[in-house]
Amino acid sequence: MRLLAAALAALALAAPAAASEQRPTASELESELVCPVCETTLDTSNAPVALRMKAFIRERIDAGDTKSEIKAKLVADFGPAVLAVPPRKGFDWIAWLLPLGGLAVAAVAVGAVAWRWSRRGEEPAPEPLDPELERRLDDELERYE
Amino acid sequence: MTTRRLRLAAQIAALGVVAALLGLLGWKLLQGESEVTSELARGGAPEAPAFTLERLDGGGELSLASLRGKTVVLNFWASWCNPCKDEAPLLQEASERWAAKDVVFVGIDVKDFRGDARAFVERYGITYPNVYDGKGSTIGRYGVTGYPETYFVDPDGRVRHRIAGPVDSAEEVDEAIRRALPPA
Repeated sequence: MRLLAAALAALALAAPAAASEQRPTASELESELVCPVCETTLDTSNAPVALRMKAFIRERIDAGDTKSEIKAKLVADFGPAVLAVPPRKGFDWIAWLLPLGGLAVAAVAVGAVAWRWSRRGEEPAPEPLDPELERRLDDELERYE
Repeated sequence: MTTRRLRLAAQIAALGVVAALLGLLGWKLLQGESEVTSELARGGAPEAPAFTLERLDGGGELSLASLRGKTVVLNFWASWCNPCKDEAPLLQEASERWAAKDVVFVGIDVKDFRGDARAFVERYGITYPNVYDGKGSTIGRYGVTGYPETYFVDPDGRVRHRIAGPVDSAEEVDEAIRRALPPA
């Protein structure tokens, strides 16, 4: 039953992704591509080159290109720096692995701190004072009251 | 003792990470600083950064090294840049005027569509060689801060002058070229 639910969920997520690949919208592509001059995503840029790239994206969508084909054409002219998200290959893997590594290190650090705090409560209670010493301490304290 | 060692190791690791990040920041800042523009500003004649780029006309590649011995006018432009359109006729005229004196004009089209760049060259009747640098690999090394920009390189491969922004007149180009010509 769980397996079926997981499969249905995966299908539900895969269908929009496939539709986005086959029939991309201009707005989603503009948010996934970077203006090479101002280095912000196209949807937030009105630089002349960004406007030209937006026009190109619309032309290619109308021509029936897929999302990957449009991105590949832009990368061919402007280089991989136009991709807002680096591709998962070669040296670019580092952009994906570094944040994950950082999260792992942070999780280990938080776990270690939490473990130490939890152990503090388990420390044995201090040994009771010697009755004679305790009596003398009480006497001394009474003198100051 | 173990806890103290662990704490010390964590502190050293944290310092290492901070040092690495500072190093990365310094490296990035140094990358942004072009030796060409800073040395020109100090009155020097920096070596023109080498490049080999594909020609827009499809005729293979063109390298700056192949032009050694000639005075070279390097013009950085893009088809979407309006001031580049204004100066294009002026540069074409100047290239014809200086051709007999071993002065070579080279256009470097940056951050542009190849097709748009070829249409630009055709529209403005540009006959001197133009190369394509869509990724903008040359602009950081030359210190290009906007478009257009023009650099004047002497026959020894040293940058003698730079015009940031469009060239306004034939006199301005001629004067800049004279600065890069070999002594008579």
